[in-house]
Amino acid sequence: MKTAVIVFPGSNCDQDMYYAIKDGLGEEVEYVWHAETSLDGFDAVMIPGGFSYGDYLRSGAIARFAGIMPAVIKAAGEGKPVLGVCNGFQILLEAGLLPGAMLKNKHLKFICETVNLKVENNHTLFTSLYKQDEMIRIPIAHGEGNYYCDDETLQELKNEHRIIFTYNGENPNGSRADIAGIMNKAGNVLGMMPHPERAADALLGSDDGLRLFQSILNHWRESAHAAYTS
Amino acid sequence: MKKVKVFITLKESVLDPQGQAVMQSLHNMDYQNVKDVRIGKYIELEVEDSADVAEQVDAICDKLLANTVIENYRYEIGEEIHS
Repeated sequence: MKTAVIVFPGSNCDQDMYYAIKDGLGEEVEYVWHAETSLDGFDAVMIPGGFSYGDYLRSGAIARFAGIMPAVIKAAGEGKPVLGVCNGFQILLEAGLLPGAMLKNKHLKFICETVNLKVENNHTLFTSLYKQDEMIRIPIAHGEGNYYCDDETLQELKNEHRIIFTYNGENPNGSRADIAGIMNKAGNVLGMMPHPERAADALLGSDDGLRLFQSILNHWRESAHAAYTS
Repeated sequence: MKKVKVFITLKESVLDPQGQAVMQSLHNMDYQNVKDVRIGKYIELEVEDSADVAEQVDAICDKLLANTVIENYRYEIGEEIHS
């Protein structure tokens, strides 16, 4: 599996993402600069955390119009796994690949801590190696992670089991329905505020995030095998 | 050239934690009469004059300046700027 890690000016979790895939997962990975225009040849796309374009205007608002974004949207349309973490999640929201928007954290503080998450849906290509309702520990680090959507969208997310992770226990940022991560309708685009790439090795305090990447790899192997045998 | 003043505000249904913090501070300063604070953005554009300036500003706001999931916008197209 060959994975692209998109790098914007101001991305700062790109190297963590790169090493989680290269060393944690043992798979091929390349940085792709935001000014590139093609993602041909990649099997999965990661949009890492950080402060792309200094969070000017709104988090993710300017990155959404970067040269690489039409290729990200194309990859998503082709059913390739697209994962946006933290600022990457904000970019996916701004790009309209996921519904809703981010508000400043309820208590206005930038929060950097490891939180308890509940796996709300393990029937996805991102979470198949977790147990349903499993509690996992993954770090968060954000000032604008207060997920907002209207009632209609929330109901749709619930009905379609597209809320993938919720904060368990205290909600750190005031997000609607304790949402920490959501998926698109097609099931191949996941946005989440917590950082699985920062929990990809027991030395980092938790390796609960690694199974997310392993789930993506399993999915890729199964679909590659299916394509080979069909 | 026309000067365009764009005002972006959070929708009524959206909580404004910044506004709430500022209101708390005003109350601490004894301005108990302030009953609500909502924080928004003000953006000035200088746009080359054309027949469809308003149409362009609408598109600019919808696409980039405002996130219409959580924000509303309005704008004023001002007098000709002579430089």
